[in-house]
Amino acid sequence: MTIKVSMKVNGKPVSADVEARTLLVTYIREHLRLTGTHVGCDTAQCGACTVMMNGKAIKSCSIVAMQAEGADLLTIEGVAKPDGTLHPMQAAFKENHGLQCGFCTPGMVMNALDFAKSHPNPSEQEVREALEGNLCRCTGYHNIVKSIMAGAKAMGGKL
Amino acid sequence: MNAPLIGARVERKEDYRFLTGAGQYTDDVQIANQAHAAFVRSPHAHAKIRKIKLDKALKAPGVLKIFVGQDLADAKVGGLPCGWLITDVAGQPMKEPPHPCLAQGKVRHVGDQVAVVIAETLAQARDAAELVDVDYEVLPSNTDAAKARKAPPVHDGVADNTCYVWALGDKNGCDAAFAKAAHVTKLEFINNRLVPNAIEPRAAIGGYNRADSSYTLYVASQNPHVERLLMTAFVLGLPEHKVRVIAPDVGGGFGSKIFLYPEDVVVTWAAKQLNRPVKWTAERSESFLTDAHGRDHVTVAELAMDKDGKFLGMRVKTTANMGAYLSTFASCVPTILYATLLAGQYTTPVIHCEVTAVFTNTTPVDAYRGAGRPEATYVVERLVETAAREMKLDPAEIRRRNFIRSFPYQTPVALQYDTGNYDATLDAAVKMADVAGFAKRKEESARKGKLRGLGYAAYIEACGIAPSAVAGSLGARAGLFEAGEVRVHPTGSVTVFTGSHSHGQGHETTFAQVVADRLGIPIENVDIVHGDTSKVLFGMGTYGSRSIAVGGTAIVKALDKVIAKGKKIAAHLLEASEADIEYDRGEFKVAGTDKKKMFGEVAFAAYVPHNYPHDKLEPGLNENAFYDPANFTFPAGTYVCEVEIDRDTGAVKIERFTAVDDFGRIINPMIVEGQVHGGLVQGIGQALTEGCRYDPENGQLVTGSYMDYCMPRADDVPSFKVDTRETPCTHNPLGVKGCGEAGAIGSPAALMNAITDALGVKDVAMHATAQTVWKHLQEKNHARV
Repeated sequence: MTIKVSMKVNGKPVSADVEARTLLVTYIREHLRLTGTHVGCDTAQCGACTVMMNGKAIKSCSIVAMQAEGADLLTIEGVAKPDGTLHPMQAAFKENHGLQCGFCTPGMVMNALDFAKSHPNPSEQEVREALEGNLCRCTGYHNIVKSIMAGAKAMGGKL
Repeated sequence: MNAPLIGARVERKEDYRFLTGAGQYTDDVQIANQAHAAFVRSPHAHAKIRKIKLDKALKAPGVLKIFVGQDLADAKVGGLPCGWLITDVAGQPMKEPPHPCLAQGKVRHVGDQVAVVIAETLAQARDAAELVDVDYEVLPSNTDAAKARKAPPVHDGVADNTCYVWALGDKNGCDAAFAKAAHVTKLEFINNRLVPNAIEPRAAIGGYNRADSSYTLYVASQNPHVERLLMTAFVLGLPEHKVRVIAPDVGGGFGSKIFLYPEDVVVTWAAKQLNRPVKWTAERSESFLTDAHGRDHVTVAELAMDKDGKFLGMRVKTTANMGAYLSTFASCVPTILYATLLAGQYTTPVIHCEVTAVFTNTTPVDAYRGAGRPEATYVVERLVETAAREMKLDPAEIRRRNFIRSFPYQTPVALQYDTGNYDATLDAAVKMADVAGFAKRKEESARKGKLRGLGYAAYIEACGIAPSAVAGSLGARAGLFEAGEVRVHPTGSVTVFTGSHSHGQGHETTFAQVVADRLGIPIENVDIVHGDTSKVLFGMGTYGSRSIAVGGTAIVKALDKVIAKGKKIAAHLLEASEADIEYDRGEFKVAGTDKKKMFGEVAFAAYVPHNYPHDKLEPGLNENAFYDPANFTFPAGTYVCEVEIDRDTGAVKIERFTAVDDFGRIINPMIVEGQVHGGLVQGIGQALTEGCRYDPENGQLVTGSYMDYCMPRADDVPSFKVDTRETPCTHNPLGVKGCGEAGAIGSPAALMNAITDALGVKDVAMHATAQTVWKHLQEKNHARV
């Protein structure tokens, strides 16, 4: 049985017929071919699939696509400016070497964007606690924490 | 003129695509008409397969084909080879039981692959896999290395489950040293089994083209050429020129993506049978069950000293768990990469190490970040720290009393260190960690009712793997050189092809720095290409911190050829003698004059050879080089860890972690620091949070997901103080040693030394959970009543 889902993704309206059990992350990756959102686990622990739904960071592996009916989604592909200029949070990751293999990075950035909206000048401890739901195996978190502290400052509480 | 790029903190070229979602990992690749594979895996640790019933699964929607072990046997698909032959103490080759790509009559660990279901969609493949009905006769199993020799045989023909008993060093000399010792320190411990957990799960897409009988495999691999060589020559019996292996963006490896895995073979072979691309991506639970694990040693180690704490000898006995099958490089990890490092940074004159490698009903164990060297460092540095405490010597002082200070230095365990300065890294670490202020901080902790401890680890590793002739004499079945190609384009920009593979290390940046610096051209004019056997001439891949030392040197050799040819072209253009041409930062100059040609002008002349020495030179400017290292490189350093322990809960908090490493010359300090940070947290994970556990009764992996295998998270670890000292490697032109694994090698011992110091106990088992530490506190009556 398929169900029609419609939502806005990165500012554009999209719709498709999907199986009822289709996860939101599967919809994003396989139907919309936005492969920047990654799948790193099957227990909603790693955070590689984090996207923004209606302005809040969520793990897109833990809801089905039809739960996002009518929602406004932002994925990593929609974060930079249309002319390609990096968002201040993305730029902070680059400047602070906050990524290595890049696989966890989109989820880290999406989570950081949500966090930084309400934390314009976070402490190291606040950042570390905010990263509870995102795993990275490469960086040891040191430079991710630095990146988010710098990115949050640059954002000044605004997305 | 361009600023020097060697040693510059250049931001990474690869970051933009990763930060904007434009990276392309294997699972992101979609090929027209691709089918999807799901593997049916054994739910038992050890069982006979009585019957496999496929009728229901074959009728399920979308199913195209199901293959079982017999299908592969009928098609003469071979088993997976082991790349390193270990010869045992009796001169006999190690036991190499078959490693079938799909089980042949028996399963030997939970997760062993029994069948593959290929369907139109992934959901259909997974649904149908649930309908495959396998009738098992469950057999008794064993997961514990220490019990393996008396456990039920994992393989026919290996009655005692022993792959080999191997030894290195002078046993009699060692016994004599122990006989005259004033003090002997002895430790027994387990180096805990770890699951690598690159955040990108393994993935593979096999493709077949009937028009020219060629195959293409996309795979999350650290070494596409090795993957191709093993698969074509040893498993599928295909000619290499008909197989293209592409390892696109790879989301972390840490060793686990070195190896040839059954799934890679199966999707490649199946693509021809179906005449369709076949895609498989591991679920995380499959990663836990099938990615080669790391470590799992049971060790007894002793250090003999004279009355002044001077080391006289070391004796080590280790049982190493190989798991159910020999993975690609499993056999060399607890031998060649372990026992040879037991001299550490010290002048210990005699060392003897005996290693028994055993089969158990567990996931195969192979190289994981550090591969043998973390285990060796743990032995040496836990012994040394414990010896200092027993002899009432300062732990830094006992190390200084035993440091190697004269180079080259021949160790009693086969390696020859070319250079090093262990005092420099130790002294710097002591200062940076403010060891002098530790006593005061310990008092402050005590006032808060907490315990504080400090621990050192002074590690060494052998990297830049490896001189092929040496490796070959030790049993390697492959060469360990590296290849590089420098393609200069007509207008002077450069594409470099390297056999090294980058899966987080940032080679696209560091290698470009080397090239741009050497040629004196802007870094924007240099691109690095890797990870595709049809583009790159050859390669042995990335592991063992070898990329810059071996892969980087191959590129330098090719650059030297480019410059040498450029000089000939410039001499012709400038009407000068070749001997008078100097190359300096992008300019070919006639010595002592102002006559010169820019790099781009010479490149242009090579491709538009109107005015060209055709009698002496071919047109074009494209050079390649293979580099086989003269020796290993020997990065070394000192780590100092300081912990605070809560007496009520046993929770360990890392208060300070200082790392001073000597990686030789450094190309990009920003990237080097990142490598150290990441390695440190993997080592801290081993010591504090990560413990792979099997149920001893039934062989189930009970830590099979992120819900029960505790990966270190951001709030489990501190920020780090890191620095470097440089003694350039003496035998490669860049003076580099490699930095990828150091953090994971040195940190477990430093952390466990700190914890045992805080508790005042001789040993605490890794991984030191709060519960483990709390139990020690109860025994020591440290707990507050």
